Amino acid sequence: MKKLTLADIEIGGSAIIRKVGGDAATRRRILDLGLTRNTEVLVRKLAPLGDPLQLSARGFELSLRKADAAMIEVESCD
Amino acid sequence: MKKVVALAGNPNSGKTTLFNHLTGGNQRVGNWPGVTVDKKEGTLKKNPGIKIQDLPGIYSLSPYSPEEVVSRNYLIEERPDLIVDVVDGSNLVRNLYLAAQLAELRVPLVIALNMMDVVEKSGAAIDVRALSERLGCAVVPISATRGTGIDELIAVIQSTLEAAPAAPGILTFSAETEAALAQVMSVLTTHTSADLLRYSSIQALQADELTLARLQLSANELALIDGVRTELEQNMDDEIDSIITQERYEALGRLTDSVQTAGPAKLSPTDRIDRVVTSRLLGLPIFILVMFLVYFVSIQTIGTMATDWVNEVVFGDVVPGAVESFMTARDVAPWLLGLVNDGIVAGVGAVLGFLPQMFVLFLCLAILEDSGYMARVAFVMDRIFRRFGLSGKSFIPLMISTGCSVPGIQASRTMENERDRRLTVMTASFMPCSAKLPVIALIAGAFFGGSAWVTTSFYFIGIAAVIVSGVILKKFRRLAAEPAPFVMEMPSYHAPRALTTLKYALSKSWAFIKRAGTVILLSAIIIWFLSNFDWSLRMVEESGADSILAGLGNSLALLFYPLGFNNWQSIVATITGFIAKENVVNTLGIVMNLGSGLTEESPELLQSFGALLSTHGAYSFLLFNMLCMPCFAAVGAIRTEMASTKWTLATVGWLMGFAYAVSLIYYNLAQWFVNGIFGLWTVVAIAVLILLAALLLRPNKYLAAGYKKGLVSA
Repeated sequence: MKKLTLADIEIGGSAIIRKVGGDAATRRRILDLGLTRNTEVLVRKLAPLGDPLQLSARGFELSLRKADAAMIEVESCD
Repeated sequence: MKKVVALAGNPNSGKTTLFNHLTGGNQRVGNWPGVTVDKKEGTLKKNPGIKIQDLPGIYSLSPYSPEEVVSRNYLIEERPDLIVDVVDGSNLVRNLYLAAQLAELRVPLVIALNMMDVVEKSGAAIDVRALSERLGCAVVPISATRGTGIDELIAVIQSTLEAAPAAPGILTFSAETEAALAQVMSVLTTHTSADLLRYSSIQALQADELTLARLQLSANELALIDGVRTELEQNMDDEIDSIITQERYEALGRLTDSVQTAGPAKLSPTDRIDRVVTSRLLGLPIFILVMFLVYFVSIQTIGTMATDWVNEVVFGDVVPGAVESFMTARDVAPWLLGLVNDGIVAGVGAVLGFLPQMFVLFLCLAILEDSGYMARVAFVMDRIFRRFGLSGKSFIPLMISTGCSVPGIQASRTMENERDRRLTVMTASFMPCSAKLPVIALIAGAFFGGSAWVTTSFYFIGIAAVIVSGVILKKFRRLAAEPAPFVMEMPSYHAPRALTTLKYALSKSWAFIKRAGTVILLSAIIIWFLSNFDWSLRMVEESGADSILAGLGNSLALLFYPLGFNNWQSIVATITGFIAKENVVNTLGIVMNLGSGLTEESPELLQSFGALLSTHGAYSFLLFNMLCMPCFAAVGAIRTEMASTKWTLATVGWLMGFAYAVSLIYYNLAQWFVNGIFGLWTVVAIAVLILLAALLLRPNKYLAAGYKKGLVSA
């Protein structure tokens, strides 16, 4: 079965990060901003043109392309 | 000896505002060597014995962005006497993540706990004394926006520097990670100073290439560290950078939970604004409205009015008049008067005329940036622009370039990714700027009955040239790789601060004046000389038919033969267009013996120009002039933004080559389809077209190879 990623979470839904993948630079930037394992993330909204996503984690807002979000394995909170 | 204080902090932590408070007016802006990252330094207000070195805003000391590398190298190599870390109190954990890494450098640390007004307003509270105890360093609550706590911070900086303080406390990792770290430390102990041992070991454990290169380890030692890392990764079932980052964040989470109490859960002002400003329904209309306002203020009204005034009154009348009466009164040789007035004043004046427009524009951009809207611009536009290798933030430089590519190119400074910025700089001048419009009008009037579609066509051609160039260039090694990771903080909105925005606009304008005084001045003198003297260095008649420039034009005629405008007049006009594009019209007037002062609507100019070229030759001439190298002012801006002569030459080369290719294809295919002329050059044109298509469609081989390092090494 395909693993659930952050890109699969519906707008308004929350998830807990299990593993951050992707190439070194992107992964490091995502981790440095605090999206580490066990962090809860709220998928807040989609940009008006449908990409990127706006997320809320650790009390601040950040945006991430869907392609990068698909590199983050998560567990749904619902 | 001057004491040095380094100012560090996350982007959007209020660092720039604090820097302005600490230094007052005493600051200098430069560039960090090799990268286009602003380097700002100043001296502490009322204490010139203390230097404040501003570091770029960073989230971490990892080596993936030029900002991070610059800050890291500075801190390791220069070892400042004190680091002041600006921490956004409303976002404590993520800001302390950087503080924890700074503490590992074993340089005395003071935390400036900023945005305390925001923290209090939200109903939250931070126990400053407990935080200071837990971190093992001084913590000073401030609000840079309101200017509170600054005097206390300055007092703490001074007393800390005098007291020769201990280094701050450090964060410990889990037992397993600490054990692995101890093994690495025992390997590195002979390779680095005691101060940097723990820091270097953490970096080495994370396989950080820059650190490993600096340490000069043997193959054995490297293998040992690799083994420690692999074992830890297996035990923890995760990758090393993920392990280190997660443990840091978890330790900091426990720390902050013990010192802060959260306010009541409610929507912050930023959340409420974003509900409207980036919503699906209103996001785009609001974006278009904001962009229209910026364009309206800086290009259509205030900025252009001020620029026109400077061009027409100051450098068109007042200065030349004053120079002429001053020099005539002293019987100066006419050639010297010509050099000063027609060469220097006209050339540099054409450039400095853009200054008011640029200042207004930079003020607008600073307001967008400082208020937090710039991040939303990228958020809204990203989807469109990343398709051709640019980023959402490229929209602003391209839009501004339809007014003038000089501020357009400089507006690329707000893009943090070096490759996105380079691509934007390389393509921004394809947009038809306001100085190109008279040239378009001339051709449209002489050949196409003044039809409006000619002008309109160049907006589409400009956009197409940007897209095609973006797609082609991003496949070259130096510009390759996926569009930069778009992992971007959406900063909180706040009212733009007058001092911060003014300082930004002033420093950008000043950089431009310096450029006008050097490269552009020299270029103006050279072109003036070439167009006013013949080969035996005698001054030539007004028409310039005997000038060196005309001679060069004639010798270049062969080069432009395949483009359909092989007469020296068009070529000389093209060359003088490098001073300012609107010169093309005036030069054509002069070289066709019609005298100066003609406009694109003068009937005699339309007539004689119509006799000089064929219709297709004329459109080809126009294509070349619109797409080739922009004016020297814009090239100066390219040089400033690229911070590299090599990249500037590459840009000019690309623009020239692309313009030549497009004109060649257009002229020869038009001759073939419309006039039925098929010759050698038709074949060449088809070959060039196929080559362009191949470049456009070829796969991006560097993408697959995971080409990522270019960010640092390029």
